[in-house]
Amino acid sequence: MRVFHLKINGDTVDVAAPEHYTLLEILRYELGLTGSKQGCDKGDCGSCTVQVDGVPMLSCLVLPSTVESKAITTIEGLAVQHRSDGGEGASLLQNAFDAAGALQCGFCQPGMIMSAQALLESNATPNRDDIKQALAGNLCRCTGYTQIYTAVESAAKDGGENGCS
Amino acid sequence: MLRMPKFKVLNPATVAEAVDAIQQVEGSRFIAGGTDINPNLKHRLLEPECLVALNGVEEIFGISQTEFGLRIGAMESLTNVETNTLIQQLAPGLASASRQVSGPQLRNMGTIGGNVMLDTRCKWYNQTYFWRKSLGFCLKKDGDVCHVIKGGSKCVAAASNDTAAALSTLQAELEFANAQGSTRIAIDKLWQADGIWNKKVGPHDLLVAIHLPAALLNQKGSYKKLRDRNSIDFPLLGIAARLKISDNIVDDCALCVVALQARPWPLDKASALLIGTTVGSDAFNEALKACCAIAAKQCRPMPNIPGDHAYRHAMVPVFIRRAILSCLD
Repeated sequence: MRVFHLKINGDTVDVAAPEHYTLLEILRYELGLTGSKQGCDKGDCGSCTVQVDGVPMLSCLVLPSTVESKAITTIEGLAVQHRSDGGEGASLLQNAFDAAGALQCGFCQPGMIMSAQALLESNATPNRDDIKQALAGNLCRCTGYTQIYTAVESAAKDGGENGCS
Repeated sequence: MLRMPKFKVLNPATVAEAVDAIQQVEGSRFIAGGTDINPNLKHRLLEPECLVALNGVEEIFGISQTEFGLRIGAMESLTNVETNTLIQQLAPGLASASRQVSGPQLRNMGTIGGNVMLDTRCKWYNQTYFWRKSLGFCLKKDGDVCHVIKGGSKCVAAASNDTAAALSTLQAELEFANAQGSTRIAIDKLWQADGIWNKKVGPHDLLVAIHLPAALLNQKGSYKKLRDRNSIDFPLLGIAARLKISDNIVDDCALCVVALQARPWPLDKASALLIGTTVGSDAFNEALKACCAIAAKQCRPMPNIPGDHAYRHAMVPVFIRRAILSCLD
């Protein structure tokens, strides 16, 4: 066992866990943050995507001791951040996914949103190619991606109109 | 669900601490971005008792111009290499290769050093323990037969590191550190044709930095990659090209191919044909044809990774042509 000092969704947490646990296992099994999904578990599918200092990474391949000084954001943190910025309910991007019907089974959605959110923070007006590139590491086996791209475009447009994402 | 084997993790802060830490427990391994070693650990392809994490070693980060040329810290992420303006301008082939490694999250995590030191890959090897056990294992891990070449006694798992091909065309020098000190090795001298471990340095030698010689910077470069899904996959074939063009004449040319055999393979005979020709002339077009034909003869893809090897072979001249023409854009 080892105590990991982590910053997750704005909270500082000390987690005692086996040293060989991945960040994803810490999130899901030690902290109950089950929004990040355990899909392929070997870096192929993107469903475990979280942001580390704002950069999308695959939590199934991250050793927690290597991200102790960094800010980790999971899908659960988006609405928290949105509300602390003065918004209500879910974030604009989450609502855009909802409105566009950008999911079927929903398993890939948290990873898609975490990748898309990072894109919108670095590029507020992405074109379709930018979105495809940013989501290239997130696989969806249900929808065929079109509504997902539409959702990100819609969130970018709404974010531009409202001055936030 | 794929669980990690049990191990402990050491987090050194300096190169000296890292090369000391790796010797504390026999069989320890370095971990950089973790995008190659972690799936391999989950597949029980490696079972070290201890991992030495390099993310806290500041000395092995940074991209800067030096007297020698360009220094790239081995821990720089592939995203940083791909987007760095110095590299885009001075080593466009390397930027191109880095951009085509895997998918965006893995490029954010994976490092240039990790890509150079990538384990070789084979469709009979990169599988779960259960899968490999059902098959009866193979030469590279736990077994004594090769499933690629029946009766083969040498592992032919494929070098699949995209950036290694680009670095070969740039004649990169690799700076390693170990408990005895530091050494520099030309990248083309690093490899051995053995899929079990295709490098002449050991797993306890720490790749500190990659040095690109100034004389070969600021030339044309490109990398063309054949893969099933352009969004994420390992190469089925990768071709790096570097061209130096002065007054529309090809002054120098280098080509390197990966993902066919156990080591990246510079195609010197093929690339030499283009030197001295005027771009766009009949002589250039003839030389390009001959270059593609010779390369196709030299390259012998094996059925070691997914994808039909006859198709991969047929694509060698096609991708060489694309790589060279892309340098002229």
